[in-house]
Amino acid sequence: MDNHPWIPNSTDDVKRKIMEKLGISSIDELFKDIPDKARIERTEWDRLEIGFGKPISEIEAKRYINGLLEKNKVFDPPPFMGGGSYPHYVPAIVKYIVSRGEFLTAYTPYQPEVSQGLMQALFEYQSLMAELLDMDVVNASMYDGASALAEALLMSIRVKRRKKVLIPRNINPFYREVAETYLEPHSVKIEYIPYDRRTGLIDLEELASKLDRETAAVFIQNPNFFGLIEENALDISDYTHKHDALFIVGVDPLSLGLIKPPGELEADIAIGEGQPLGLGMNYGGPYLGIFAVRYDMKLIRQMPGRIIGLTTTVDGSERGFAMILQTREQHIRREKATSNICTNEALSAIAAAVYLSLLGSDGIRELAELIYYRSHYAYELFKRNGFKVDIFEADFFKEFPVNFNGLGISYGEIHEKLLEKNLHGGLYIREWYPELGETALFAFTELHNVSDIEYLIESLKSIVGV
Amino acid sequence: MRFRQAKWSEPLVFELSSKGRRGFIVPSIEEKVKSIVGGIKIPKKIRREKSPKLPNLSEVDVIRHYTRLTEMSYGIDNGPVPLGSCTMKYNPRIAAEITSDRRITDLHPLQDQRTIQGLLKIMYLLQKWLALITGMDYCTLHPAAGAHGELTGVLIIRKYHKIKGQLNYKREIIVPDSAHGTNPASASMAGFRVVEVPSAPNGSVDIQALRSVVGRETAGLMITNPNTLGLFEENILEIADLIHGVDGLLYYDGANLNGIMGYTRPGDMGFDIAHINIHKTFGAPHGGGGPGAGPICVKDKIVDHEKNISLKDLLPGYIVIYDEKKNMYRLEKPKHSIGLLKAFFGNTIPLLWGFIYILMLGSKGLRKVTEYAVLNTNYFMKLMENVRGYSLEYGEDRFRKHEIVISAKNLAEETGVTAEDIAKGILDKGFYAPTIYFPLIVKEALMIEFTESESIENIERYAEILKEISEIAYSEPDKARSWPVNTSVKRIDNVRANHPRTLAPTWRVYLKKKNGLL
Repeated sequence: MDNHPWIPNSTDDVKRKIMEKLGISSIDELFKDIPDKARIERTEWDRLEIGFGKPISEIEAKRYINGLLEKNKVFDPPPFMGGGSYPHYVPAIVKYIVSRGEFLTAYTPYQPEVSQGLMQALFEYQSLMAELLDMDVVNASMYDGASALAEALLMSIRVKRRKKVLIPRNINPFYREVAETYLEPHSVKIEYIPYDRRTGLIDLEELASKLDRETAAVFIQNPNFFGLIEENALDISDYTHKHDALFIVGVDPLSLGLIKPPGELEADIAIGEGQPLGLGMNYGGPYLGIFAVRYDMKLIRQMPGRIIGLTTTVDGSERGFAMILQTREQHIRREKATSNICTNEALSAIAAAVYLSLLGSDGIRELAELIYYRSHYAYELFKRNGFKVDIFEADFFKEFPVNFNGLGISYGEIHEKLLEKNLHGGLYIREWYPELGETALFAFTELHNVSDIEYLIESLKSIVGV
Repeated sequence: MRFRQAKWSEPLVFELSSKGRRGFIVPSIEEKVKSIVGGIKIPKKIRREKSPKLPNLSEVDVIRHYTRLTEMSYGIDNGPVPLGSCTMKYNPRIAAEITSDRRITDLHPLQDQRTIQGLLKIMYLLQKWLALITGMDYCTLHPAAGAHGELTGVLIIRKYHKIKGQLNYKREIIVPDSAHGTNPASASMAGFRVVEVPSAPNGSVDIQALRSVVGRETAGLMITNPNTLGLFEENILEIADLIHGVDGLLYYDGANLNGIMGYTRPGDMGFDIAHINIHKTFGAPHGGGGPGAGPICVKDKIVDHEKNISLKDLLPGYIVIYDEKKNMYRLEKPKHSIGLLKAFFGNTIPLLWGFIYILMLGSKGLRKVTEYAVLNTNYFMKLMENVRGYSLEYGEDRFRKHEIVISAKNLAEETGVTAEDIAKGILDKGFYAPTIYFPLIVKEALMIEFTESESIENIERYAEILKEISEIAYSEPDKARSWPVNTSVKRIDNVRANHPRTLAPTWRVYLKKKNGLL
């Protein structure tokens, strides 16, 4: 059997016909220009253990992979863990729309006339996200929240022509690491602002002492890594702008049903992780990097990534969509481009558009409230049962740290015992915040209902014996 | 076959909004929870007062709206998308089913590794297979796309020279003038100066020109092979020697891997670092622009003998290791890693898609993929011989690999009908257009890649369409400028789209401008 279902021409007749037309008697003649020393012999290649060496059927593949997937554990209730990726509900319609072949199997819409639906969906994503963020300009996505931050910092360096950025220590440590990787080649000084040990929020005095005319940008993550709401964001914004630096705000988009959006905080750039908006946790990706700026041509021209714009047909008779401001991009500007990004996370952006369309203005507020209440309910239960949760004073959204010091048991052991009860506990954060001791970040979403929360607390109680 | 794309004149989702409608029920907050929590304590100064102006639609409205939008889109499921260098091949549906399994989508990236052994084994095998396919030693699955992989690669080059204490003078990355735009852009993002080398008339890198720019400052060379003309760089071994001779590293842009699998490997050609586009060569869908996945593979080349550092120690992200003693898979961060380029492991869904593709083809199947991709390209080249208005610019007498670039320069000069007009004419026939105006070294370029997925009928039809377009161009050139007419809209006004006065990147900006607020 030589013909394969994915290779329509792999029949003897067609192969012969093509080879005759090309005047060759062996396919190898098409590869004559490969030098002998660089060639891999047929027998050697065939011996490589790639897959099962030869094609297998869908039936066999399905069974094989199913066997592997059996070794993955799906937690019900979902992990009580966030740290940048969160268990949230993905509505059926979101999954359905992004599985439609017209979207799923399309390329970047280089030919707008035949891709208007895709482009409208992406324009709608940009427009819906603009409302959620209260920012005017949103691009069609970055890889994820962390790389969006890194690109925002690089952008601020270009816009301000300064070589220093301020980043709080209380932001997601993975984001910090990505920012460091991206900035390293550009001799940028990253200064970390400590957090206030009492509130858990950015230490304003420390910020003031570090902010100067060399500073290109100040970043805040709101809620921050501890889940705390940076209530002084407007003051930080004012202060940043007084020093003529750019103010970059990172968000959890779902929190924006309750928390002031970057636009109201007068952010110059907003970034965020769009995973909560209709994407699975997917073991780390694909996610959705949110990237937005104020309407200021100086900023817009320095933005990374693709942008879809609303326009008309040439004859002006009807509405249409086009990729805009492409002269910023790598395929035109090459080494002078604002970023090297090409492939982005368009399908994730469409998922977010469908998600936001379903939720609407009321739904997004209701969901944010539900998450707020659920996480605060968990907080109260922790507290009432003698767990140390009042580590910081600031209010929080969705996640908060729990400290297990002085219980005679490490968090690692607690985690083990939780696993035995089919529960996955919070994220152990000692690696990044040793000063907090045996502390783990617990996250609660709409997927953790009252009995899940109560079961978690009861289990923890029985494990630590309080 | 006649083609007429759906046309719905579908309003924007904002315009469909109707006050009070609901598309999703959020569970109500339990009374017990309300009374224990008390209320929302977020300080007023940070509390959102005005709800975001999101539209309100019913579930029915939403599904119809987006279904209509899909009907005005075009993917590989609709027909051929022969975009050169994009390798738009069939995305096997079985992978769509498996990648949407809860045992994948519901896994938290920081979940205890003992609870994801199945996934880790899959990723371990994928690392291994990609290393075998590329002839390299170690791979990371971390980068989220091809360009992300390129950035990773040049950052590895940077760190290589840094550890060797020569970064102060290793300042240049060389790229051929036919390279993808991402290559120079990635190099400059990693802080390097970009030096371009021209192509020789046979389409390969001009070795003399290369020799003249290679020197002490050369940090590395980024090159794709076959190149963007679809031609194999015959001098690749010499090029490798030249770069290695000045202690530069050779970077392989894997965008065109579909043209050589089973015949040669980047590792066999002397490359030190290679990226792979899972969403091109290995059948993961492109999602209308993304997501992708861009693994990076390296040779186990020594960086520092004394400190026992090799290229694999510089890889970013998390490498899956098999611990034989414990019979367990686990993640490891390489000890001298360049760092993370995104949060968490990688783009798991496209990676799994690639795993399934490779699993179901195996070594023999992958070679067959390349054979038919190359047969298809050259069959098309034969069909296009002596078609009026079109020509081959470089290496006229050479077979192509994964793709072919045809110049419509003569057609444009003689009739005024440009590559863009031709593209629109193709759309009207129900096929997607080629990549146009790229590579930059070919005037009025039409860059075409059928991959192994297209049938002989579609390839013949494509050639036929190009011929018909040429005939119309010579007889009624004005007609060409009115194309397309069978797509959901006619030609789009790009000038208006980009003019500062009318620029509308979001609906709110459009409204503000309309109302004189911006």
